[in-house]
Formats: sequence, C-alpha cells, structure tokens
Amino acid sequence: MTRNSTTRRPARRALTLAIALTLLPLTACSAGSLGSSSDASGGGTTITWLTGADETAQATAKTIVTAFEKANPDVTVKLDGRPAGGDGDNLVKTRLQTGSMADVFDYNSGSLFQQIAPEKNLTKLTGDDAVAKVDKSFDPQVSVGQDLYGVPYGTAFGGGVMYNKKVFEQLGIQVPQTWADFTAAADKIKAAGIAPVIQTYGETWTAQLPILGDFHNIAAAEPNWAEDYTANKAKYATDPVALAGFQHLQEIHDKGWENADFASAKVPDGMRLLADGKGAMYPILSSNITNLAQAAPDKVNDVGFFALPGTDASSNGLTAWFPNGVYIPNTTKDAKLTAAKKLLAFIASPAGCDAQSQASPPTGPYLVEGCTLPADVPQVTKDVQAYFDADKQSPALEFLSPVKGPNLEQICVEVGSGITSAADGAKLYDQDVQKQAQQLGLEGW
Amino acid sequence: MSTLTDPATAKALKAPKGPQDTVRTASALYRWGVGGLAIVASVVVFLVPFAFIVTTALMDSQQAGEFALAWPRNLQFVQNFVTVLQTRDYLLVIAFINSTVLTVVSVTALVVLGAMVAFVLQRRRSRITPLANFLVLAGLIMPPAVVPTIWVLQKLGLFGGMPGLILVEIAYGLSFTVLLFRAFLGTVPRELDEAAIIDGAGPFRLFFQVVLPLLRPVTVTIIVVQSVNIFNDFTNPLYFAPGDDNATVQLTLFNFQSQNLTSYNLLFMDILLITIPPLVMYLFFNRQIVAGMTSGAVKG
Amino acid sequence: MTDVSATTSSPPGTTRAGAGGPGRRDRRRRSPYPHWFLLPAAVVYGVIFLVPTLLSFYFSLTRWTIFSSEFIGLDNFAQFFSEPALTKGFVNTFVYAVVTSGAKVVLGMALGLLLTSQIVGRGYLRSVVFFPVLVSTVGVGITFQVLMNPERGVINQALALFGIGQVGWLTNPSLALFSVALVDIWKGVGLATVIYMAGIVSIPNEYREAAKVDGAGSWTTFRNIILPLSWPATSTVVTLSLIGGLRSFDLIWAMTKGGPGFTSDVIASVIYKQYQAGFYGLSTAGNVILFVAVTAIVVPLTRFLSKKEVEM
Repeated sequence: MTRNSTTRRPARRALTLAIALTLLPLTACSAGSLGSSSDASGGGTTITWLTGADETAQATAKTIVTAFEKANPDVTVKLDGRPAGGDGDNLVKTRLQTGSMADVFDYNSGSLFQQIAPEKNLTKLTGDDAVAKVDKSFDPQVSVGQDLYGVPYGTAFGGGVMYNKKVFEQLGIQVPQTWADFTAAADKIKAAGIAPVIQTYGETWTAQLPILGDFHNIAAAEPNWAEDYTANKAKYATDPVALAGFQHLQEIHDKGWENADFASAKVPDGMRLLADGKGAMYPILSSNITNLAQAAPDKVNDVGFFALPGTDASSNGLTAWFPNGVYIPNTTKDAKLTAAKKLLAFIASPAGCDAQSQASPPTGPYLVEGCTLPADVPQVTKDVQAYFDADKQSPALEFLSPVKGPNLEQICVEVGSGITSAADGAKLYDQDVQKQAQQLGLEGW
Repeated sequence: MSTLTDPATAKALKAPKGPQDTVRTASALYRWGVGGLAIVASVVVFLVPFAFIVTTALMDSQQAGEFALAWPRNLQFVQNFVTVLQTRDYLLVIAFINSTVLTVVSVTALVVLGAMVAFVLQRRRSRITPLANFLVLAGLIMPPAVVPTIWVLQKLGLFGGMPGLILVEIAYGLSFTVLLFRAFLGTVPRELDEAAIIDGAGPFRLFFQVVLPLLRPVTVTIIVVQSVNIFNDFTNPLYFAPGDDNATVQLTLFNFQSQNLTSYNLLFMDILLITIPPLVMYLFFNRQIVAGMTSGAVKG
Repeated sequence: MTDVSATTSSPPGTTRAGAGGPGRRDRRRRSPYPHWFLLPAAVVYGVIFLVPTLLSFYFSLTRWTIFSSEFIGLDNFAQFFSEPALTKGFVNTFVYAVVTSGAKVVLGMALGLLLTSQIVGRGYLRSVVFFPVLVSTVGVGITFQVLMNPERGVINQALALFGIGQVGWLTNPSLALFSVALVDIWKGVGLATVIYMAGIVSIPNEYREAAKVDGAGSWTTFRNIILPLSWPATSTVVTLSLIGGLRSFDLIWAMTKGGPGFTSDVIASVIYKQYQAGFYGLSTAGNVILFVAVTAIVVPLTRFLSKKEVEM
C-alpha cells in the first residue's frame, strides 16, 4: 500500500462505508442462500437428518441413506452434522427447545431421552408402521408412559472389559468370574511387565466404565436398587454393593495397574496398547470395537470381551446398553413427516440393519425383528452376543432410572487419578445426583 | 510483511540518536544482539507450534498419531488437502463462503456503528453517558444468554440464517469496538472538530470526513482483531445458525474430531486451511498497522 | 437488518438529540455530537443483547428445563453456591485472570518497547508475535493438547534433551490451570503488544528528546516518560485481559474441560457444565453471579484507571 494518498482517501472511504452500511440488509440476505448449494432435489420430498458430524457417524448414515433412497426414489435425505459428546447433546436440546430441529435426528435412548421432554417435542409413533418390527425390549427406552417415540439405531452393546486373549493365554489366565479373580489376574499380568488395566482419561467418559459397567452386579445382589435409587432411598456412598465400583476404580490406581500414560491417553491409544499386548484389560464399551478395528485392523480377533466381575461367580453377567434411537420432532409436518416415517421404518427393518452392518461392524444384537448378524463379526461382538443369548445381562442404570448426575466423568477421573478417595467420590456423586433429581423436579428429593 | 526499515518509524526513532561513536557501537550491539536473541526466542516460542501444525497436516494418519515434530514420512499434502476439502460434500467450501460473508459484513458494520458510538460518548458528556458507559462494559462482562437470544431472533424471523448471525456478532462485538475507539479518540484533538464545525461541517461530515480518517490506526487494529474473532467464532454459529447451509469454518473441525476417532493429519490440515485467511488478512494489514501507528504519532 | 437502516434515517432521533444537552451547548442549538449517532448501535445491542439478558435474569429465578419453567425464587442461587466445585472455581478464576492479564501487561509492554526500538528483524518479529492471535481458540487448544502430551508431546521431548523428566502439563492437577494460562498468554500477548506499540509510538518525540537533553538514562526515560504516557495502552490491556481472564472459558474448555477432575474449573466452565446438563435456570443464575462478581472487580478498576489516566 502506498502512503501518499491519505488526503483523498478518507472521503471516498467514508462514502464506501456508508454505502456498505445501506447495502447491509441485501448482502446479509444473499449470504444464507449462497450456502445452500447442494440442494438439488428433483421433485419429491427432501428431509434433513441430524447425526454426528464425525467420519464414522456420517459414513454410517450415508450408507443407510443410499440404500433408503434406492428403495424410496421420491425422498431425498440430506445429512446435517452435530458435534460429538456434551456439545452435541446441548445442541439437540437447544434446537428442540427453539423448535428448530432437523426433520429426523438420532439421540440417546433411556434417561437422556427422557430429558429431552419427548411428549412435548417429538412425534408419537405408537402403532405406526415405522415401529412394527422393533423388538419389544427396546420399547421402554424410547417411551413415555404408553407412548412410543423412536426406533433403534445401531446395535445393543455391553459395558465391560476388552482383553488381549494372547496375553491371557501366555500367562495361563482364565476369564475372571469374580473381582478376586480379576485382582489375581491383574497381579500376574503386572508381574509379567504388562499394564494389567488400561485407562484413558484423555477421554473422560471412559473413566466411568468400572462404575457404570458394574451395575449388573448391583442389580443381581439387590434387584430393587434402581427403583430405590430413583426414589432417593439408595445411595452409592452408603450401599457397599454400589460403592464397589468406586472402590475398584481406586484399587486400579492404588495398585498401579494402569498404563503409564493413563492421564492423557485417548481411546485409540488404549486400543493400540491392548492390541499390541502392552496392556491386557481395558474397561470400555463394546461399541468401541470400531476404534480397535481402526487402530489395529489385523489384530481385531486377538481381543475378546468379558463382563466386569462382581463378588459372586454364579450371578456373573453383562451390563448392557441399548442402542440410540432415531426420532422425529413434532415440528416435522405433512409430506416431510410421511417421508421421515418411511426413513425410520427403513432403519428398523432387515434391509436397514444390513446397511448398518455394511458401514461398520455390529457390536451386539440388533433389536429389530428379522435382523441377523453377519457371520464374520469380530470376536468382541461374539462374546457380547453370548451374554445376550444366555440372558445373563441387565440393562445399565441409565435405562432404568432417569437419575444420572452430570459430573460422574470428572468424579471418576478424580478417583481413578488418586485425587479423591472412592468414599469421597461416591459421596460427591450422590450430591451431584441429588442436584439433577431436583432439577428434574422428581418426587422425594 | 513490513520491511526491515520502515521509513516513517525509522526516521521518528533515529532522530534523537546522537552522533557519538560510543552510542553507535552500543546501538549496533543492541540492534544485533537483542534483535538476534529475540529472533531465536521467537522461533522457539512462536514458529515451532506453527511448524508442528504444518508438518502434521502433511503426514499420513499413522505418523500424525505419534505427535512428533518431524518431517512427514509420506508427504501427503494433496491427498490430505483433497480429503479435507471433499469431506461432507465440500462443506469446507460452503463454510469458507459463509465465514467470509459473515466476517466482512459484521466487521464493516461494527467499525462504523462502534466508531459513531465511541465518538459521541467520548466527545459529549450528558446524562446518558454514565449509563451508556456502563452498558458498554456490561457487554464485555455479561455472558450472552443463548436461549432467550434465539427466542428474540425467532420473533424477528431472523433465526437460523446469516442475517441473524450477523446481528448477533455485531451486538456481541460492539463493546470491545467502542472501548478501543473511545480510548484512541482521546488522541484526536478537539480543535480539529471545532475547525471543521466553523467550516460549516455537520455532524455527519465531521464524523465521516474528519474524525474517522484520523482513527485509521485503531480502525485497522479493530478490523484485524474483530475479523479474527468473528472468523474464528465457533459458539455463535453453532447455536444461532444451525444447519450445514450456514456452516462456518470453525464448525468444520468437528468433522475430524469425534468422541471416538480422531484423524490428526486431517484435523491439522483443517486447522491450517482455516488459519490461512486470517493470516493473509493480517499480512496485508500489517503494514497498515505500523504505518497507521506512526502517522497517528505525528498528529498526536 | 432492516431495523438498522430504518432507524438511521428516522428524524425523531435527531430532535431528541437536539434536546439532549441544552444546558451545555447552548451556543449552538444542535450538538456536533448528536445522540442519534448512538441509535443504530443501540437498537442492535438492545434487541440482540440487552433484551435476552434481561429475560435471562428472570429465568435465573426459575427451574427451567426444556419448554417449562417454574418460579422457584432464589433457590438456583443457593444451589449454585453449594456447588462443590465453586469455591475452587472462584479461586481458579481469580488466579487465572491475574496471571494472564499481569503477564500480558508486562510482556506486552516489554515487547512493545522492543519492537518499536531499532533491532534487526523487527518486521518479522512484529508479524510473528501476532500470529497466535490469528488461530482460533479451538485450533490453539487442539494444537497445545498435542504439544503438551506428557509422553509423546514435543514440549516434553524437547525438555528430555535437557534431562527434565515428564511434565504432566495438562494431567497434573496442580499444573493444569497454569499450563492453560501459559497458552492463553501465548495466544494473547500479540494483541497486547500491538496496543502497546500504538501507545508507545504515539508518544511525541519531543518528550524523549527533552529527556535525552536532560541526560536521563533509559530507565529514567522509561519510568518518567514512557510508562506514564503509555498509560491509556496499559489501561486498555488491563481492562480487556482482566475481563477476558475472569470470563475465560473457551481455551480452558478446549484444553482440559476443567479437568483433571475439577482441578482447572473456573466459574465460567462450572456454568457451562450446568448448561450442558440441561440446568438452564441454574446456569443462568451462575451467569448473573459471574456478572456481579466481575462488575464488582472491573468497574472500580476502570474508574481507578481512567482517574490515573487523567492525572498522568
């Protein structure tokens, strides 16, 4: 830029600015339409589906959409993306609250589903064709009272321990049936110079597994626990059975079982450790098999899965998670509603299941009639399926009670890093739960 | 980038220096010693992180996962670039258009509106001045209320599109703009106003033709800072203009970052690409910032 | 947008402005600084910022979940104050704000002096100091998360060459907040430097010359000329970075999410967690508390700073 034209420029500049200001409304309007360039539907109905923005979520949804559009040429489905984790949940709530949700969206089932006030925000699907093939076990997870609002998206999965089978074989270790077995196994593995337990607090949610995945053991010992918990009668801090999960988490840290980089490692790091046999047992959700497949594609079948053991070998079983749901907000109307229901019906059909299996390996059973798993599923999926087949499983607490404190992840990280003791962590979590119950306006809190 | 010897500054600063030899050697020592030291420090502190971003962006996904500052084993510039660009139907391209429009329109409005406010607040004391000053400060302090803002936008029919988002960015950016303009309006002598008024200039001409041009240094600073803020904004587009049609560049980071999988090479390629426009803009304005500052000095 | 253009041209504003300050400027009927200049900005600001903010004040008194709100008086405030992470959050917020704004003032002024003096590579240095400002907070957060990785991160690898063992920048509970503060300074010092450069350059040369003539050394010149005359810059940097520091959230969220555990939580992140959990009323109450706390610190401070400015 030259520096000698300063005298002239101001006037011209002022004029330009003034013009720019008056043109503002015009420019502003064209901006929005500039963005929507990929909208090329030839007649028919176009609906938008809000799903995860990341590669896997988009790829899965895209595979389904392609298969769906082939079967329904009059409907075009556009994908919209949302961030993963808490930010994404927040966006879903905000968009529902302001009536600006996409025509179709997928979201958690169970207690998180209850928190989006389905009866006020979603389209009722009770008795609709879309839900005809949905497994009855799934219904309560997407229902309020008698009204049903969604279809399952993906497969059920388990919360437990992925383990390296080769390490177990070499050291002659059996799959632990009790926590005492687990302890003995961990000591043996540690003596062999391998990290017995993999922890990955770089992604805080993974820290919750020893507690959330222990719920089958609580339910087996005290069948009414979930109800009492919802009614403010059962507490983690005061119930020794429930406290066990927190204690296990502390034990993992106290005995130095975890991998050296536990504080910063993320799930892919954990999977790499597990696949390479540098770590032996990884408490995680079985749905994270996709991470394993990506981190170590050639070692997927070296890894198996077992449920977190409790005190009693005879009641050993899996804490199971239901798949997410796909929902239609009540702002979707007319032709779009019809098209949206078609999409849901497709997702909850054998053709839909096949499309999903094609996009990413299933991690447990589909909860849709007529859906089967492909023969070549990974070992982890087979192990999870075995618990379902033997009916040795209980739904996770979040599917039985609307009460889940928002700070469990952080509390677990504190316990698992030795910042807080198990007892204090449990107490802190009880307070956290109380706050959430009060905010939900539940009775008895 | 501004050249080593910026004539205006150099002249201004050289003037007082004495001709004595001792001073000259001392200043040469300072010039080269301190300058050299500063350059070394700047490489470590400022350039290494950028080098890391660039090299990681060029790696394959496996090497990128190692987090090392190293030369890429497989140079994948084109491949990563194309992948990032193509992700989700060229979302990044749409995002670039949207972000550019958003930034240009918002910043233009911010500069004009903010300078007008600062001008009146700085020059004229009246009953509303304390209240206005407080409101300016409040805008910096009070975190925006997301949901009520969406309601207001919906009432106005502006929710979910660029116009609404632009208004939001203007409203949120005003405080900072006014504060900075007001601080530097103090250096513009009132005598200039008086002279212009005697020449028969009305408020409009006084402001746009006399005062605003003198605010050029701070205007350039504000343009740079607010452009960067708005171009890099991520929360407001997320909430006030949802949907891929309105996507802005920061939101594209989500495409490469999820709870479970992260492809660091693509993530850093995206960071690199979306940092380029602010960088180019800064390099363009950099001369202006320096030139503007010195011209301000002469007048001040 | 139509609001703006409509109000800009509306005559009532002009007449009101004319009546605005009759006592002061009765030499002319119309002030050269008309109040209607404030109007366009005031409309946008009022509608988009003030109205929602006032609405939110009401909602801070309610239990507010999706689509329903129930008036519960001051319960949210009581609840917010009993938040276990809050005390820590307050201390952290204060420490973070003081550390970052203090460092930005000191480093900003030092760099401002350095970059307005005669050194080699000045143009390069001026550019490079400002580079971090150009990268988005999210981008900076991601980058430094990786650089500060305790095992594989470049920073620890470099330190290992000097025999310094693994530092848990973001994983050590007593270090995490300071690591984020360090990155905040890295990112923000460029802006402080530019503001200082503008302030220092605008100091009329006669003052410096006069000081030279009087035989003042560089320290005396700095103490008696540069420091007081660049006071507006100091005041701007302090105000902006202190408010920024007290409210700061983006970078902390991008880098640690308040962790490990709750150890790097600041008030703003505690508030955001309430929002994320769907406790809208509670998070709004938190916003009000933060607003009051920051105002209580910043308003007296700006008064003090501008008083000083007049004195100097």
